[in-house]
Amino acid sequence: MSSIAVTENYYEKTMPIGKMGIWWFLASEIMVFGGLIGSYILYRLASAGAWAEMAHHVSTAIGAINTLVLLTSSLTMVLAHAAIEDENRRRAKLYLGLTVLGGLLFLGFKAIEYTTEISNGFTPLSGTFWAFYYTMTGLHGLHVLGGMIANFALFVMASRGTLWPNTHQRVEYCGLYWHFVDVVWIFLFPLLYLSY
Amino acid sequence: MSSAATAHATHEEKLSFWRKYIFSVDHKVIGKQYLFLGMFMALVGGLLAYLMRWELAWPESPVPGTGWIPEPTMFQGVVPPEFYNAIVTMHGTIMVFFVAMPILLGAFGNFLIPLMVGAPDMAFPRLNMMSFWTIFTASVVMIASFFVPGGAASAGWTGYPPLSANPVYTGVNWGITLWILGLALEFASFLMGGINFLTTTVSMRARGLKMMRLPLMVWMQITAAVIFMLSVGPLIAGAVLLLLDRTAGTSFYTVAQGGDPLLWQHLFWFFGHPEVYVILLPGLGAVLEVLPVFSRKPIFGYKAIVYSTIVAGVLSFIVWAHHMFVSGMNFKLVMPFSITTILISVPFTIILLAMMATLWKGAIRFTTPMLFAVGTLAMFIIGGLTGIFLGSATADIYLHDTYFVVAHFHYTLISAVFLGGFTAMYFWFPKMFGRMMNETWGKVHFWLTLVFFNLVFMPLFKAGLGGEMRRLYDPFQYDFLKPHQPLHKFATIAAILLFASQIPFLINFFWSLFKGKIADRNPWQANTLEWTAPSPPPHGNFEIAPSVYHGPYVYSAPNMNMKEDWQPQDQPLAS
Repeated sequence: MSSIAVTENYYEKTMPIGKMGIWWFLASEIMVFGGLIGSYILYRLASAGAWAEMAHHVSTAIGAINTLVLLTSSLTMVLAHAAIEDENRRRAKLYLGLTVLGGLLFLGFKAIEYTTEISNGFTPLSGTFWAFYYTMTGLHGLHVLGGMIANFALFVMASRGTLWPNTHQRVEYCGLYWHFVDVVWIFLFPLLYLSY
Repeated sequence: MSSAATAHATHEEKLSFWRKYIFSVDHKVIGKQYLFLGMFMALVGGLLAYLMRWELAWPESPVPGTGWIPEPTMFQGVVPPEFYNAIVTMHGTIMVFFVAMPILLGAFGNFLIPLMVGAPDMAFPRLNMMSFWTIFTASVVMIASFFVPGGAASAGWTGYPPLSANPVYTGVNWGITLWILGLALEFASFLMGGINFLTTTVSMRARGLKMMRLPLMVWMQITAAVIFMLSVGPLIAGAVLLLLDRTAGTSFYTVAQGGDPLLWQHLFWFFGHPEVYVILLPGLGAVLEVLPVFSRKPIFGYKAIVYSTIVAGVLSFIVWAHHMFVSGMNFKLVMPFSITTILISVPFTIILLAMMATLWKGAIRFTTPMLFAVGTLAMFIIGGLTGIFLGSATADIYLHDTYFVVAHFHYTLISAVFLGGFTAMYFWFPKMFGRMMNETWGKVHFWLTLVFFNLVFMPLFKAGLGGEMRRLYDPFQYDFLKPHQPLHKFATIAAILLFASQIPFLINFFWSLFKGKIADRNPWQANTLEWTAPSPPPHGNFEIAPSVYHGPYVYSAPNMNMKEDWQPQDQPLAS
C-alpha cells in the first residue's frame, strides 16, 4: 500500500474540511425548514383569517420564555468556543454543560406546553393550524435534541482530558449547528406564537 | 484537513475481508458498491418495464416468465390493473432514485471526484460508507414494499395526493408508507454523499488545481450535488406532511379538512424538476470527458460550459410549475414558468454546441466510449428539442400526460443516464478494475442498444400526438386509441430486443472483470489526474501528492514542443 504524505501545503488553500461540510449540511437543513415555513405561510394566507382564532390558543408566554432560554444557550455556546480558544478546559466544560442544560430546559417547557395544549383539546387533528404547529415545533424539537446530544458528547470529551485535543474544531462546528437551531426558532416563534 | 488524513493513516494496515469489501471507507470500493447496487436495481426496474410493455401490447394476456410473482398480485401471469399501477410507480421510482442516482452520482461521483481533484480519499470517508449503507437499506425497503399486503405503492412515481394520502383510492396502505420511508432514506443517503462531494472538491484539491482547472465531470458532479441538496429539503418537508397525513390522520392534503393536494405538487416538482438535472449533468459530464480524449482536441469553450452548467443549475429552481400547467394552479403563473422553462434550453444548447465544436475537425477515434458519447449527444438533442414543446404551455395543454411526455423524458434520461452511464463505464472501466473491456463486444452492444432504443421510443411520440394518455392499464378500451395497438406491439418487441442487447454488455463486463487485458495507467492517453494513478489505484490513490500545472484538456496544442500530442495535468507545459 502506498501512501502520500499529507503535508501542510498539500491542498489548495480553502476553508477547513469540517467547516465546509457543516455549512453544506446546514444549507440543506435550511431548505427543509424553508419548505415547511413556506407551506405554512401560504396555507395561512389562504385560510382568510380563519387561523387567527386557532392561533389565539397557543401559549405566548411559554413561547417567549423558550426563546430566551434558547438565545441564552446560544450565548453559552459562544462562550464555550471562546474558552476553547483560550485553552481553558474548565470554563469550556462549564459553558458546554450550561448549553446542554439550556436545551434540556427548552424541551422541558415544550413538554409542559404540549401537555397543556392537548389537555385543552388541541391535538394535531384539531385543524390545519394545529397540524402545522405540532409538525414544525416537533421537527424543531428533534433538532434541539440532536444538538444537545452533540454538545453532551463534547462535554464528556471536555471532562475526559484524553479526548480534549479533538474537541477544538468540533465545538465550533456544533456551535454553528446550535445557532442554526436557534435561528429556526427565531422564525417559528413569530409565525406560530405572535401572529394571531 | 485532519479527518481524511487520519482515516487514511489508520487504514494502512492489512484489512479484514469485511473492512476491505463490505464496510469499506475507501471511496473507490464504495463507488463500486454503488455500481453493483445500481446494476442490480436496473434489472429490477427493467423487469417492471417488461411487464408494463407486455401489458400494453397484449392487454390481459399472460406475461411469459412471470409465474414466480406472488399470487395476490398476479393472476395466472396476467397483469391486473392494480398491479399495473404499482409497476408504473415502482419502475419510475426505482429507475430515477435507485439506478440513475447510484450509478451516475454514487458510483462515478464517488470513484472519480477524489481521483480527479488529486485527493487521497473523500473528505468524510466514514460518512461515505454510511451513505452507501443507507441507500442499500432504502433499496431493501423499496423491494420489500412489493410483498406487503396490498402490494407496492401505486399512486404514480410522483405520489400525488389524495391517491397517495388515503388508502381508500388505491387499496394500497403499507406499500405507500414504505415507499415514502424508502425515498426518505434515499434522500438522506445522497445528502451525505452531496456533502462529501462538495467538501472534497472545494477543500481538498491538489496544489495548483484552481476551480477553473477542474475536469468538467467534477463540475457537473458538484453542480448536481448542489442542485440536489438545495432542492430536496422542501420535498422532505412535503414527505413529512404526507407521512403524517397517512399515519397520524392530519389533513395537509385533504381538501375537505382545509388542506390542499396542490401543495404536494409544488413541493414535489420543486425537487422533481431539478432532480432531472441532477441525474442528467453527470451523464453529460462523462461525455464531456470522453469527447476531447478521442478527438485529440481541447474541449471547445471550457468556461462557457462551466458557466452554462451553473446557469442551468440556477434556472432549474424556477421551472418546476411547468409540470402543473393542467393541475389547476393560478393561471398567472403559466407564462413565467413557460418562459423560464424554455430559457433553460439556452445553457444546454451551449453545452451541446460546445460538444459538437469539440468534434469539429478532430482526429476522431471511434472506440466504444466514444461511440457511446456521440450517441448520447445525438439522442439528447432529440430529447431536448421535444422538451421545448412541453415547456410551452400552449402545446403542453394538449400533450400533457400523454405518451409524448413518456417518449420525451425517456429520450432525455435514457440518453444522459443510460448511454451516458455506459460512456462512463467503458471509459473508466480500466481505471476501476485494472483491466480493459473488449472493444468488439462493446461496439456490438452500442449499435444494438442505439437502434432498439430508438425503435422503442420513437413510436411513442406518435401515440402521444394521437392523444393516448399515459398510465392507462388498457388504453385500447377507448375506440379512438385502438389504432395505436400495433405501435405498442412494435415498441414492446423492440423493448424485449433492447433488453437482449444488454446481454453482450453483461458478458463483456463480467468476463473483462476477471479475464480482460491488463490495463496500464493511461490506456486512452488522457490528461486528467485519475490517469496518473495506478490502475486500479491503491488505498490513498497517488504515490506522491500531485501538483497541477494547467487545465485538463491540453491536446494537440500547436505551441507544445514535444513528441506526444497530450500533456498530463501534473506535468508543466513545455515551452
